[in-house]
Amino acid sequence: MRRLAILVALLLLAAPALAVDPSEILKDPGLEARARTIGRELRCVVCQNQSIDDSSAEVARDMRRAVRERLVAGDSDAQVFDFMVARYGDYVLLKPPFKLGTLLLWLGAPLVLLVAGAAILLRALRRRALAPVPPLSEEERERLKTLLGR
Amino acid sequence: MNGRRLLFLLPLLTLALMAGFFAWSLMAGRDPSAIGSALVGKPAPKLELPALREGDKPLGDALLRSGQPTIVNFFASWCTPCLAEHPLFMRLKERDGATVIGVAWKNKPEEARAWLARLGDPYRFAGADLQGRAGLDWGLSGVPETYLVDGSGIVRHHFRGPITEKDVTATILPFLKGGLGGGLGGGKP
Repeated sequence: MRRLAILVALLLLAAPALAVDPSEILKDPGLEARARTIGRELRCVVCQNQSIDDSSAEVARDMRRAVRERLVAGDSDAQVFDFMVARYGDYVLLKPPFKLGTLLLWLGAPLVLLVAGAAILLRALRRRALAPVPPLSEEERERLKTLLGR
Repeated sequence: MNGRRLLFLLPLLTLALMAGFFAWSLMAGRDPSAIGSALVGKPAPKLELPALREGDKPLGDALLRSGQPTIVNFFASWCTPCLAEHPLFMRLKERDGATVIGVAWKNKPEEARAWLARLGDPYRFAGADLQGRAGLDWGLSGVPETYLVDGSGIVRHHFRGPITEKDVTATILPFLKGGLGGGLGGGKP
């Protein structure tokens, strides 16, 4: 039982394998952490749905190296992203930017939900308005009479 | 109950919409894996590289701003599609007198030189990009890739993947004659 617990604990400690080679890692842990964050947001251009941190493709390695070189040169994160977009276009960003061409991508699904919700709400309201009012019960009629003072 | 009957048509309508989208995707040749090119219409990136052939001068930026249209081709001796497009570059040089700049990408210079000695050398100028740094500046995703750069140094076209006979007649020859707008073509990387 104890052995099993240790095994499970070890398994939970295991980090997901990254393609980042030990020789690429920067000495400054702060810069390296920023490089990792950026690397997870950049798409490897030959593997489509992998980030450059996850990919062992040649181009991904070059891109990781370029990210680190830019960071060491003092670039901000935004400048590093701009550097990559200037070369590979928006394709290189795993999270597409919010602009006119991608408006449908960002707002499409919420818009459909909103329209559908509005339609359902409108229908329910209309149905309630149209439903015939049930006639007064005997008791209610008595109360009405006393209220009206007749 | 007209509204309710319309509701039954909804799945059919959804199907028709999806079928339409898929048909369009198939027919219009839409390629979701296409990377596009961020360079077309912009000034060509730096091309400062050591010469591939011994005794040549290193490549400099002035080569791309000579007033003459230039073809920049990234290749490697280890790349099979490069072998496939090689005869087209030989013909562009010999028959059409095109200025082709070759860049050996991630290729040991001696191996690239041996490859050119064996097959013929279509390049007026040739550089070596052993580390792939120039490739990154050019938005390269692999080899082969080819760029058409006009006389003022603006990138006019970017082929990802090997060029074909069709690319030569439809795009490269008109470009060399000086009548081509921007665009992106070529096969998948």
